[in-house]
Amino acid sequence: MSEGWLALLQQALSLLFSLDPDVWSIVNVSFSVSFAALAITLVPSLVLGFILAFAHFPGRWFVTNLVQTIQSIPTVVIGLLVYLLLTRMGPLGDLRWLFTQKGMILGQMMICAPVLVAMSQAAFTSVDKRAWETSRTLGASWLRSVWVICRELKVPLLMAIVAAFSRILTEVGCSMMVGGNIADVTRNIPTAIALETSKGDFAQAIALGLVLLILSLILNFTLGTLRGKAEPRSH
Amino acid sequence: MLNLKSIFSVAVIAGALAITPAQAQEIIKLATTTSTENSGLLKNLLPKFEAESGYKVQVIATGTGKALKLARQGDVDVVMTHAPAAEAKFVEEGYGVTPRGIMENDFVILGPKNDPAKIRSSKTAEEAFAKIASSGEGFVSRGDNSGTNMKELIVWKGAKVEPTFSGYRSVGQGMGKTLLMANELQSYTLSDRGTYVAYKAKLDLAIDYDGGAALANPYQIILINPEMYPGLNHKGAKALSDWLISDEAQTMINSYTVEGEQLFKATYSK
Repeated sequence: MSEGWLALLQQALSLLFSLDPDVWSIVNVSFSVSFAALAITLVPSLVLGFILAFAHFPGRWFVTNLVQTIQSIPTVVIGLLVYLLLTRMGPLGDLRWLFTQKGMILGQMMICAPVLVAMSQAAFTSVDKRAWETSRTLGASWLRSVWVICRELKVPLLMAIVAAFSRILTEVGCSMMVGGNIADVTRNIPTAIALETSKGDFAQAIALGLVLLILSLILNFTLGTLRGKAEPRSH
Repeated sequence: MLNLKSIFSVAVIAGALAITPAQAQEIIKLATTTSTENSGLLKNLLPKFEAESGYKVQVIATGTGKALKLARQGDVDVVMTHAPAAEAKFVEEGYGVTPRGIMENDFVILGPKNDPAKIRSSKTAEEAFAKIASSGEGFVSRGDNSGTNMKELIVWKGAKVEPTFSGYRSVGQGMGKTLLMANELQSYTLSDRGTYVAYKAKLDLAIDYDGGAALANPYQIILINPEMYPGLNHKGAKALSDWLISDEAQTMINSYTVEGEQLFKATYSK
């Protein structure tokens, strides 16, 4: 080996701490795209989760299973679907969204929505139906009652958001196909790691991997703390 | 029970020992560029070599940068690439021995069929590149340290243009994917002729410029220095190199066509 492990790690750390513009441009693309996708899907997905948990309507069973199924589709398949939608010959080709951040956001929305719907539905189902009824009979508005329940379910809903966010922040298949891994435009952390590895340049890949690792540590420890607080104190 | 079990495991271990060395002898790991694999050339040549020699060639198709890196680290037995400067360095530093030029093809500048940057009238590749940069049109670069990417950067340097203009897109992908992206974006790009011909039917792009010494693309096969990595399959690697320069293989290279076009020109001269 011409490069030892330690030397590689050292290079990676110095890339991170010298605020190397390439590395930070990549981190920036990752976060702005994934935040946008999450922000757009969050409210509609929670509403759908709520409806699936509380409302009874024909086809509810079907929609629930459909959401579960989409949740387990590999991200490359979603990437393929979005690619075919956005290609010059495709139905949305005139938008010219292929190989842009808008296209990536669209793909990631399709990846995180089912996670949000399924996990929030599970959370809403777990809540005592009487809380809802009590809230309503006490004269709270529809919206106000939803808000009360959401506060009640703070932890499981946050878990849903974190799970959805980490799924889109780390997925490589859809971003590669739809974004095209264009430097400074659509190159995010996962596609950059794939590229650097294919070039045999590992320092930058390690630096970016560290960013993801640190972030997921922070997210999970925060969640762990929240969950600990939410645990019933009397046993 | 115990006896049966131990007999069984001894048999398995003995079997594994008997098989492994023989198989390791027969396998040649070849690191090469995506162009030789994507164009279908290797699929055409290698079965013949394998049938004649008894070796089995495992192809690792990647960019030239990584191919040479794999060779440097002794992860493969032999390397075939197309980046003269990087190859010369590889040999100079003692990793590679017996470099042989076996064939060449050429690069072409592709672009939209109506040639908005008007590069068709250019006299040199450098002039064509300069026109693309100043026209405000897009250019898709592979940006992956591949031989094609290195060639492209040399031409930009020759044209005295910094490839940072607003239409420049560095995509970090293999040749085929880069062509599809250039097609979607209706941008210019530099491609080896082989991959272009293989993808032609899928593309709404045309050759807007070709020819000239700047766009020649020679391929070399280089053995790995046995003193650096004694454990590699040097015998097999040499057999492959010897076969590729034989009259038989050189004729096969010349007669390999895709969609009626000759992709590579055999160039080994004794």
